[in-house]
Parts: sequence; structure tokens; C-alpha cells
Amino acid sequence: MIDVFARIFVALAAGVIFGFGLSLSGMLDPARVRGFLDIAGHFDPSLAFVLAGAVSISSAGTLISRKLRHPLLDSMFHLPLKQDIDLPLVAGAAIFGVGWGMSGLCPGPAIASLALGLVPSYVFAAMMLAGILIHDNWLPSIRALCRRLAAKRILDADANG
Amino acid sequence: MQLTYLHSLIGGGLIGLASALYLLLDGRIAGVSGIIGATLRRPAGENQLRNLIFLFGLFLGPVIYRLSFGGWPVIHFEASLWIFALAGLLVGFGTRLGSGCTSGHGVCGLARLSRRSIVAVATFLAVGIITVAVMNRVG
Repeated sequence: MIDVFARIFVALAAGVIFGFGLSLSGMLDPARVRGFLDIAGHFDPSLAFVLAGAVSISSAGTLISRKLRHPLLDSMFHLPLKQDIDLPLVAGAAIFGVGWGMSGLCPGPAIASLALGLVPSYVFAAMMLAGILIHDNWLPSIRALCRRLAAKRILDADANG
Repeated sequence: MQLTYLHSLIGGGLIGLASALYLLLDGRIAGVSGIIGATLRRPAGENQLRNLIFLFGLFLGPVIYRLSFGGWPVIHFEASLWIFALAGLLVGFGTRLGSGCTSGHGVCGLARLSRRSIVAVATFLAVGIITVAVMNRVG
């Protein structure tokens, strides 16, 4: 029971530290994120400092975690096991890159900036949820349909041949 | 070094600290797109409540910033609402298809030296740079 509360507290603390860090770093401001991507124009290197700070501390966490058999509040680590570079990974990252470059927003700052109550963040967040729901609910059926059509074509080809 | 860059470095360090805490205590990747996706999944998983609370904490971050420094973080929304709407759709769909965003692939994945994350970060950075360049050119 204590673990349940401890894990809820960890989720809250991690979220708050993350959101406060984003606010301090200046990365809630889409103009500064786009400034980082604008290498040929008004380049703003801030995001490089944010990434340097974030990845170095996160790396320390990763190194410590490799010495542990399990996390402090769970019986095992829940980490992605997939290793292969596939089309969904690259296509998804590219689609995300277009939206990120257009707006200067990614999911973390999009959620955190809702606190400021500005209309563009709510429009962005609502459409982002729609994009997530479209992917999670429709993509499996679209893929299944493609597979079924492909299988049918092979069967038809067998029947004809 | 300019003060704002120091703020960026320290703010980044806090983001890294949040992801390290989440990993060491809870054993999970603090990737925001994955956490949002998990909260929308039906039927609800056992982590639903904690995922929602993480997102609520993320929302509280700027509020605590305001209480500490007496003002909201500065934000400029320069593009039209249509741009933000279309971009939101692409960001939501793309991050789920690509299994992560700036936090999951960027902060956590690069720290773990994950091959998939290195490819994803290189891809969205390159495409983001091209997108900004094209939008500047078009106007």
C-alpha cells in the first residue's frame, strides 16, 4: 500500500520537476525552439544547452539503473526492447519533425504550456490528442485491411496461376 | 555565457533529473507522447492513474515557476491557429507512429544510447530544420 502512494508521489514529482525544468529552460516558448531549428536564419542555441543538461543527468540515471536489479518501487524495469530501425520509426519521426518545425511545440511543452491558458496551446493539444487517437485506434485496422488485401491478392494469384 | 543559456542548461538538468527519478524509482521511460497514449488507451491499464498524475505534474510545472519567480515563462505564439491545429495533428500521429518524441527518444533514448532513438532524433531534427527553412522561404 505504501508503494502505491510512493509511486503516485514519484509520478507527480517527476511531472512537476519536468514541467518546472521546461519552464526554466525557455523551451515552453515555441519561438525559441523554432529558433534552434532556424540554422540559416535567427539561430538560437538554447535547445542545445537544454539537451546537454538533460541527457547528461539522464545518462547518470541510466548508468545507476544498470547497477540495480530492479527499480526501487517495482519488481522490474519496463524498457523498450525493440532494436531494429524500421519504416514506422523513421516515418513517424519525420511526420513529427514537420509538425515540430511548423509549430515549435512537442508533446511535453504542449501539455505544460496549457497552464498559461492561451488558445493556441489548447488548439494544438486537442489536435495532438486527435492525432494520437487516430494512430492508436485506426492504424491497426488500416494495417489489418492492407494485410488482408495483400493476402487475398496472393490467394487470387495462386488460384489463377 | 548568457544568463538565458545557463537557465536552459539548469532547466535541461531538471528535465534529466525527472527522467532519472522516473527510471530509478518506477523503472519506466519518462516519454510524454507514450504517457499520453497510455492514458487514452481503453480498457484502462493499471498505470492509468499514475500517468494522468504525471501529466498533471507537467501542467503544474509552469504554475510553480510562476509562484517562484512572480511571472509566467515567456511564450510567443507567432503562427496562425490553423498552423497549430495541423501541427498538433502531425505531432500526435507522428510521435505515436515513431514510438516517441523529444523526451522519450531525445532525453531518455539518447542517454541509453538506443540505436532507434539516435535515428529518430536525427530524423526529426533534420526534418524540423528543413520545415523551418521551407516556411521561412514561403513566408
